[in-house]
Amino acid sequence: MTMTDIMPPGLALKKVDERIMTLNVGPQHPGSGHMRIVVQIDGDYIVACDPDPGYVHRGEEKMAEYRNYITNVPHLERPVIHDSCNVLYPYVLGAEEILGIEVPERAKYVRVICSELNRCIYTMYWLAIYGIFLGHSTMFMWPAGDRELLIDLMEKVSGARVTHAHFIPGGVRNDLPANFEDVCLRQVNYFEKRIKEYAAVFYDNPILISRTQDTGILSRENAIRYGTTGSVLRASGVDYDLRVKAPYDVYDELDVHTNVMKEGDSYARSKVPWLDMIESCNIIRQALQKMPKSGSVRTKLKPNPKTKGPATVYKRVESGRGSLGCYIVSDGKTEPYRVKMSVPSFRNLLAMPNLLIGEKLGNMPSVYWSLNYWPVEADR
Amino acid sequence: MSAIAPKFKLSEFIKSLLDNIFWIVLLVSLIGIPAIQVILFYIEMPVINGELLTPFLAMTWLADPSRSLPILKAFMATDMFRVMAFPGFGFAALIAAGTIFVERKMLAKLQLRVGPFYCGKIEGILQLMGDGLKLISKEIIIPAKADKPIFWAAPVIFVATAAAFVALIPVAPGWVVADVDLGLLGVFAVIGFFPIITILSAWSANSKFPFIGGIRALFQMVSFEIPLILSLLGVVILTGTLNLSEIAASQSSFPWIIFLPVGAIVFFITMLAELERIPFDLPEAESEIVAGWLTEFSGMMYGLVQLGTYLKLYAFAGLFVVLFLGGWNGPMVVPPFPEEILTDGIVMGPITAKFPGLPLFDQQMLNGTLWFVLKTVGVIFFILLPRGVFPRIRIDMLLSLGWTKLIGLAFVNIFIALGLLYAGVLGPGGLQ
Repeated sequence: MTMTDIMPPGLALKKVDERIMTLNVGPQHPGSGHMRIVVQIDGDYIVACDPDPGYVHRGEEKMAEYRNYITNVPHLERPVIHDSCNVLYPYVLGAEEILGIEVPERAKYVRVICSELNRCIYTMYWLAIYGIFLGHSTMFMWPAGDRELLIDLMEKVSGARVTHAHFIPGGVRNDLPANFEDVCLRQVNYFEKRIKEYAAVFYDNPILISRTQDTGILSRENAIRYGTTGSVLRASGVDYDLRVKAPYDVYDELDVHTNVMKEGDSYARSKVPWLDMIESCNIIRQALQKMPKSGSVRTKLKPNPKTKGPATVYKRVESGRGSLGCYIVSDGKTEPYRVKMSVPSFRNLLAMPNLLIGEKLGNMPSVYWSLNYWPVEADR
Repeated sequence: MSAIAPKFKLSEFIKSLLDNIFWIVLLVSLIGIPAIQVILFYIEMPVINGELLTPFLAMTWLADPSRSLPILKAFMATDMFRVMAFPGFGFAALIAAGTIFVERKMLAKLQLRVGPFYCGKIEGILQLMGDGLKLISKEIIIPAKADKPIFWAAPVIFVATAAAFVALIPVAPGWVVADVDLGLLGVFAVIGFFPIITILSAWSANSKFPFIGGIRALFQMVSFEIPLILSLLGVVILTGTLNLSEIAASQSSFPWIIFLPVGAIVFFITMLAELERIPFDLPEAESEIVAGWLTEFSGMMYGLVQLGTYLKLYAFAGLFVVLFLGGWNGPMVVPPFPEEILTDGIVMGPITAKFPGLPLFDQQMLNGTLWFVLKTVGVIFFILLPRGVFPRIRIDMLLSLGWTKLIGLAFVNIFIALGLLYAGVLGPGGLQ
């Protein structure tokens, strides 16, 4: 066995053709994120693409086997700290079923509000990076600044600006602060007005449209076949949103509209999350209206809660990137036997090589980031 | 105080100051002044106002500063002053530095930020100086497999070429470094050097991302040079000259942009592409090819390339002003020099100071410079503005834009110019 045989794909220095150049995009590259994309180009066209995630693997699933159901909360939200409420949501739902506890009605509404706020926070961060990937520095600064509105709200709710650890089995950690409804309504209304202004500078920009339309087209059949979820799936014309199709907590009492675009190109994939943010503002307003004005937000647990016995549970939620699942196996002890997260980032990444082959090198950032991929979540 | 210098003693501080002053005085008086005297003794001194400049005369400036005015005027008439200071490098570098500062602050205001803020107390006005110091003090790292002589030379040649471009721009009547009759051809020749320098530096770095960036820059510059040259032919047809000073002087009553707006638009777009500014910053596309052909440059080599880029920006803006916006022409706003200072001198209490050499600059020149700078700053503003509004375009869109649409528009502009000429509306020499 030679050295090149045991090398991971892409590192092997085989010379295929004089015309073909192998580019290592990442991990030390401003346009890669915490991953590497091995790209082979023929002139300006990509002929082979090999995404290579795994640079930020932290063993979150293994760590979960040494902590009990409550102490798992702060570290399981680390894969996507900008979306920390949503990434914790399926674990909390599953743990509640295993522990056999009921959640108060008000806590469910608080969870919906926090979840939607976090979806917007995550999507703004994603949009900022999408802007700078396309060389649009204003679209980097505006979302990064307007994100602060919602971060301030979440700071009022949970005390932390990014890693909230707010959802716990049994409800949420704290009740909403006094006067929160008014502040939240005001900030969210302003936020919605503000993100609608992005259309003028970004989404209706003729250069952006001509650059992203008809690039990286993911057909409806392929989107389903590769197992993509979330905004990528909805941009390919599949009406699939877990908040509507399999409602959890109180989403069945709220009127959620699913944004679907039929094109399946980079432009549609970049626009659907933006439409989702506007829809999130609607959901927050509804939830604030329907939320019980008082009541408990947490079923108190003992410090080291006991389970009812061996059980398995699988829960899914719609996160900022798509359907996020959590599979928990309990053998009756105080710690879970196995926690497995099914993350949307990794599912969306699987579509990437097929989208990039045949594209021009200049389309790589726009196609790559439109897949709504978060490297840390894929590695866990 | 204690945190900064724990063992601070005022007496030692004063002693060290006095030590420094002692050594400076000693070295200046023992080495500096004799050296200056020796140099002044051996070189041939100019005759100013019928008086031979001797070292003794030069020393009298210390007693009477007004006596230095004639030699200052004599110096300003030399080519050295023109190359180094006023219409040449120093003036352009000053405008380039201002451009960088304005760009950062303006972009910050567009993006709801404050921009440079702390360095220099007032709105971060010394930020550029700080950045320059940082770049100078950084280590220069050269890739091991680079072709070292070419790699070292590339930034220097780039700045030199940009400075050569600056030398062709007339700022005020008679104030131009190189007043050549084929000035516009000279501009085309200098512009033609930039892709060669770019591809040389990219190739010599022996790295993949600079190589792709260099190839892109080559494509972009070569394909946009043709519409650039064609868009300027309309002006040449109407003025009948290639001398930039004469082109500027021909617009004393109206600027050419009134008759040739198509050419001005085509030239502005090609200018953005030649300058590699957003939306045409493909050779430096960060998310695709790191920093393009600048990837391997570090420290002051990068700083030199940036200096060259902004000199080029000033030169292009100046060219736009000269060709389309009337150059230095504008209403006379500078007041004439007060005659009583020449005749009576300035009365300061008991002393009356007389300055026989004044005025240093005539009124025409000051007014011309003022209008030129105002127009140039306006054009630079519009060059900077797209950076806050547009994303980057793709190389195939860029090439199709350059080879089809812009060349077509440039020909439309030439036909407009020919029509105006043969219809007898306009011709060499102005309105007929």
